[in-house]
Amino acid sequence: MTSPAPEAFLELRDLRIHFPTEDGLVKSVDGLSYKLERGKTLGIVGESGSGKSVTSLGILGLHKGGRAKISGEIWLDGEELVGASADHVRTLRGKKMAMIFQDPLSAMHPYYSVGAQIVEAYRIHHKVSKAVARKHAIDMLGRVGIPQPDRRVDDFPHQFSGGMRQRAMIAMALSCDPELLIADEPTTALDVTVQAQILDLMTDLQREFNSALIIITHDLGVVAELSDDILVMYGGKCVEYGSAEDIFYRPEHPYTWGLLGSMPRLDREPTERLLPIKGTPPSLINVPSGCAFNPRCVYADRTEGKSTSQVPELLETEGGHLVRCHLPRTERRSIWDNEIKPMMEST
Amino acid sequence: MPGSDPPGHPGRTIVVAFIVRRVIAAVLMLAVVSMATFAIFFLIPRALGQTPEGMASRYVGRDATPEAIQGAVKRLHLDDPLIVQYGRFAKGIVAGEDYSLGPKKAECPAPCFGFSFNNNQPVWPTLVDRLPATLSLALGAAVLWLVTGVSIGVVSALKRGSVLDRAAMTVALAGVSLPIYFTGLVSLSVFAYTLGIFPGGGSYTPITENPVMWFQALVLPWITLAFLYAALYARLTRAGMLETMGEDYIRTARAKGLKESTVVTKHALRATLTPILTIFGLDLGLLLGGAVLTESTFSIQGVGKLVIDAIRGNDLPVVLGVTLFAAFFIVLANLIVDILYAVVDPRVRLS
Repeated sequence: MTSPAPEAFLELRDLRIHFPTEDGLVKSVDGLSYKLERGKTLGIVGESGSGKSVTSLGILGLHKGGRAKISGEIWLDGEELVGASADHVRTLRGKKMAMIFQDPLSAMHPYYSVGAQIVEAYRIHHKVSKAVARKHAIDMLGRVGIPQPDRRVDDFPHQFSGGMRQRAMIAMALSCDPELLIADEPTTALDVTVQAQILDLMTDLQREFNSALIIITHDLGVVAELSDDILVMYGGKCVEYGSAEDIFYRPEHPYTWGLLGSMPRLDREPTERLLPIKGTPPSLINVPSGCAFNPRCVYADRTEGKSTSQVPELLETEGGHLVRCHLPRTERRSIWDNEIKPMMEST
Repeated sequence: MPGSDPPGHPGRTIVVAFIVRRVIAAVLMLAVVSMATFAIFFLIPRALGQTPEGMASRYVGRDATPEAIQGAVKRLHLDDPLIVQYGRFAKGIVAGEDYSLGPKKAECPAPCFGFSFNNNQPVWPTLVDRLPATLSLALGAAVLWLVTGVSIGVVSALKRGSVLDRAAMTVALAGVSLPIYFTGLVSLSVFAYTLGIFPGGGSYTPITENPVMWFQALVLPWITLAFLYAALYARLTRAGMLETMGEDYIRTARAKGLKESTVVTKHALRATLTPILTIFGLDLGLLLGGAVLTESTFSIQGVGKLVIDAIRGNDLPVVLGVTLFAAFFIVLANLIVDILYAVVDPRVRLS
């Protein structure tokens, strides 16, 4: 039934994660495919509810046994995970793949010390004594830059500052040397000054462990720093995929233009207005017919009516740069070059 | 060595200071409660026209001569100002007090709560006498309801929406709605008087006399009392579990690769049980002051039965004694819960 194992370290093929609810079927992820190699970083960008987090929880198998209906394939290092047993995926969780969550205060158990939580994570996958695991925990805390780790190891999460907690969370996720690390909005809850430190730390550690890193965020500034490739999600689908250069210098999807336009930048004049995307993210139950982005798209009237009648395909424009849009390629290039770029760079 | 404690581990001195502060607060609380109850029982009747003679006539009996009543007023110092009477009452609790009742002197060693109107016996020994029955009933029922209530709540939450969950919650709704004098009488009628499996009402025997009889006689009261509380605890636990299972740290625990059973017991249950522990302490403290309805229904001669009989017989000193006795248990339970909470939840600030 499933196709042969791919060569890529991580590959998603037509992943669909749907949640039946009383109001209808919520198609949180609807036909998502991508590849990621070891040592590489993928940035997944999109608004709240675009399916970013649901996808990563799906990779970790955290929807298994729940209400979610999952189809498609997730290949991790030659193993298919959608069809694998929940118990088998559990043994990979934490060891082979680990996750850093958004808000470390709520993501850590308030009643256990930071050290105890790292020790627990380590001892699930390593049969070692508590004393050995504790030494490892202190070690990890030191490596993520927590001062006096041998003393702070017994602190509780609420005694740490926000940045320290996120470091501890990273130490916990990295305690078993995972080959795939997923960071879900890792810096959203942090002060701007701390954000940069955490991002630096993650890239340093990624290089050290040669792990594959997925960074989920709504902040294009974050992915610009770190990502090799960027995937833009909208309404549970990938609307644009490409290298960081493609996305930042040659974006072709109107939604990506909107994201770039609504990003505050220091090199712009303070008087200049941001270019927000009008409207709100689509309902995942009643997805707009045709292109899901069409009600918010400024250029929908240039598609000869196709935008409301046909779902656009994700097509390659050049060298691995994929776009899901009805606008003809030449039209897209000319809109970007002549209408969007000058507005963003205007003096 | 307070200075050398690692952060996160409050020093021993801080813990001791915390406990000492709570104990002092508890003692003060009891003093206030004693004043308030004394005021309710003595100040308000006097304000409404009760005379010292009227009070004294309760001790002397119905057809008392005015001389006998005057004698009682003198002996019991009922004509003293109320503040002096309270002082004597408080002193009696702490240090004991001697009264001269009739021709002979009556000793009332500490803690002295005065004498019953109805049989002239000191209140405290009666209370102590009744305590084992109440203790047996309350502790047995508490174990039963805590275990069953929490387990049913956890299973219900984990199998939310299942037949099991719906059945359990329906029974729980019945449990919290049906009064004890109904469930108690039904269980007595069915299991004691019709089927004859358990002995009927009034068969309580102290454990020191006959442990088997003690147990048999308490099974129905335990179940009746525990049913009410188990229903309450099942609903509380279920609600708490559902909330906790949606917390981010549960997702983190799963993301680490923990077995679901460990996620539930070590991570979810731990957080769910903390608030339940508080309620449990208070409920148990309340019951130790007398499980009035259960004791009455099953005719168990406990503290609750004592106070009901005292209220019926207008026996003020006994009612006053039981009230303070019950207040003591509630304050004690509060104290223990506060200290335990600080141990269980590291976020509780000790200073």
